[in-house]
Amino acid sequence: MATVNEAGLFDEAPLLGRARAGDVRAFSDLVVKYERKIYRLAKHITQNDEDAEDVLQETFLKAYEHLGEFQGNSKFYTWIVRIAVNESLMKLRKRKSDRTVSMDESIDTGEETVVREIAVWEDDPEKQYSRDEIRAILDEAVDSLKPSFRTVFLLRDVEELSTEETAETLGLSIPAVKSRLLRARLQLREKLTRFFKRKGDDVFAYL
Amino acid sequence: MLTCKDFLNGLNDFLDQTADPETQAHLTKHVNECPNCWVIVDTTKRTLQVYKGVEPQQLPEELQSRLMKALDRKITNCQAKKQV
Repeated sequence: MATVNEAGLFDEAPLLGRARAGDVRAFSDLVVKYERKIYRLAKHITQNDEDAEDVLQETFLKAYEHLGEFQGNSKFYTWIVRIAVNESLMKLRKRKSDRTVSMDESIDTGEETVVREIAVWEDDPEKQYSRDEIRAILDEAVDSLKPSFRTVFLLRDVEELSTEETAETLGLSIPAVKSRLLRARLQLREKLTRFFKRKGDDVFAYL
Repeated sequence: MLTCKDFLNGLNDFLDQTADPETQAHLTKHVNECPNCWVIVDTTKRTLQVYKGVEPQQLPEELQSRLMKALDRKITNCQAKKQV
């Protein structure tokens, strides 16, 4: 049964406690709760359906196997996100073994922080599109980012890991996470502005 | 006096409120006086909101079923190991 804590939020601790004590049903409930998010993350990182499915399975199989090692210092979800990111990066390395895939790409020149388009958005831009259309717009925008920017954005702003957790998961320094996140956010803002800006409000500015 | 470029470099600190109070005050002053940076702040905030607000899609049925089967196999193996 779901437990709700004083803040009215779903309290996962009892479910997690049962899963750790060997309650298979409780573990399945955790899988069902997070499988969609893990699959989405894996698909964005690997850019491949087959790899994403492998990552999804491996993540939960490893989580089950190592559940006893989960310390509870971080959230359970953060723990499985880290497993999923590691599995995804391994897939990328395997697939592109002839090319070096590293999250620690060369230092950027800074030009990508340039803002090209400044336009006010519609009050409720999401209302002009169906839920599927919005999803497609967001996915396409995020998939068009450089892999190293994309992964940082997904971990920080979608999966809500801290800067420190993101840095540790990706083997990056904290300044590298911060600078990639800034560029990722600005590039996404720019891409979404093309869809969401107020009609007839075509103001361009160069900073 | 902050330039727009300075402001943009501090945009994440401004949005995430991770700057020290003095820097935060400078950033706030700039955004209140600069219409372009105000729009950038507003649209960046909304970019993050729209990403956080979208629920992931349901897994295709077959994919879900393969996941559960893989998990069942794993659980059976782990339990068999424990019994040995």
